[in-house]
Formats: sequence, C-alpha cells, structure tokens
Amino acid sequence: MNVSNQTREWYPFVGPFDPCPPKYVKTYVVPPNQFIPFQPMNLPQFSLQEALRRGTLWPALYSPYDSKCGKEGT
Amino acid sequence: MWIYDKKLQYPVRVSKCDPQMAKYLTEQYGGADGELAAALRYLNQRYTIPDKVIGLLTDIGTEEFAHLEMIATMIYKLTKDATPDQLKAAGLGAHFAAHDSALFYNNASGVPWTAAYIQAKGDPLADLYEDIAAEEKARATYQWLIDMTDDVDLQDSLKYLREREIVHSLRFKEAVEIIKADRETKKVY
Repeated sequence: MNVSNQTREWYPFVGPFDPCPPKYVKTYVVPPNQFIPFQPMNLPQFSLQEALRRGTLWPALYSPYDSKCGKEGT
Repeated sequence: MWIYDKKLQYPVRVSKCDPQMAKYLTEQYGGADGELAAALRYLNQRYTIPDKVIGLLTDIGTEEFAHLEMIATMIYKLTKDATPDQLKAAGLGAHFAAHDSALFYNNASGVPWTAAYIQAKGDPLADLYEDIAAEEKARATYQWLIDMTDDVDLQDSLKYLREREIVHSLRFKEAVEIIKADRETKKVY
C-alpha cells in the first residue's frame, strides 16, 4: 500500500484483434481520504491563501490532479 | 434559514470560448451525482439522521449550493454569447430550442433532473454510505471534466471542486464512525 503516491496502475488484457490502438497501462486515483478513517486533531495546516487555492486546509487531504487533455496514452 | 454572500466560494474564470464544454459541465449541474442532487440529498436526509451528524449534512448540503453556483457561472459564461449555430455545433441545438441560452437542470445528455437520483432511507448507515458514494462519483466526474478541457483557468476551478469532494467524502466517513461509536459513549456515565 502506497499512501504518498495517489495513482494506481493496472495492465488490461490486450487482444490480437482489438480495433483501436491498445492502452497498455490504465490508471486510477486513490485520494488520501481512503487512508484516514477519522482525521486526528492538530494536523499541519496550509496558510489560508494556500488553503483556498488548493480547496483544503489540510496537506494530509490534498490530492493533486493533472488534466490528461492533449496528453498521449491513458 | 440561510445567509447569502454575494460572491462565489472560489473564483470562476473561463478563458476559452468552448460551448461544448458547457454541455459536459451540465453533468455536474443537473446530473445524477451533480451538485443539485448532492445539495438536495443531504439537506433532506438531515431531518432523520442522528442529531450528532445533522450539522455536518447541513454544512455540506449548503456548500453544495455554493458549488452549484460555480458550475452555473461556468456554463453561463461558456454559452451567453454563443450564436444558435455555435450552440448547434456544440450539440446544444436541442437545448437552445427549448431554453434559449437559459440554464436548465438536466445532465450532459439532456435528461432532466429527477428526485429518483437521490434517496433517503431513514437508516443512518444506508444514507451516509450513499453520500460517500455520491462524493466519490462526483470526484470522478470532475476528473473526466478536467481531462476534457485545456483551459487552465477552468481546470483550476474544477480542481478546487474536486478537492472539496475528497474532503466531504472523509467527513461522511467520520460521520459513519460517530454513528458506530454512539452506543459505547452512552454507557459512560
């Protein structure tokens, strides 16, 4: 279990007669909320400006996501 | 009662003319796991949930309306100056025929919103697990929406909304823990 890396990979079956160019690796996100049953008290906080920009006060809950628009694969 | 702040929860800037993106964003406006469904689901379930977690449903349900307003702003900006031809090209011809450029509560495929999307079982665990699932589905929808636009300003607002789904999901999970622990705490005098 890798808590710091929020992306998981898996390798789907690729058939010999698939009509489209295959994707060899598929990915999905496992955000940090999946590893916190109940948030402990007194966790570190972002500055208020930073918290507004990121959408959370808590670095432990922050989940970055990059757009795949225009990117090859996955 | 509510107090209205005449501003958005987070700034919405749209820098690319892309009416088709408005069509896709509608999924989060009037879709099954959109912000309207979320707000109405939580604000209705809260009447029959154990009182320790009523406040959580009120707070999150209220925030969902703030998110609804952000999505509405995005859709409005993307469509307000579009010509009928542009809307037709964006797949919004049928929408224009019925609504002009007005916003309407339907999903990205044009299916109108229905209360059948949401549930209130009166069982706290059943309701809270539905809420957790709804947050994760909304998170996934935001990911696919972020993947569909190269407008970094629009992406920025969508990333904010996606992070809020993650925080809400955790808060509902905590509510489950509170519900589970209720009996034990009552034994302590």
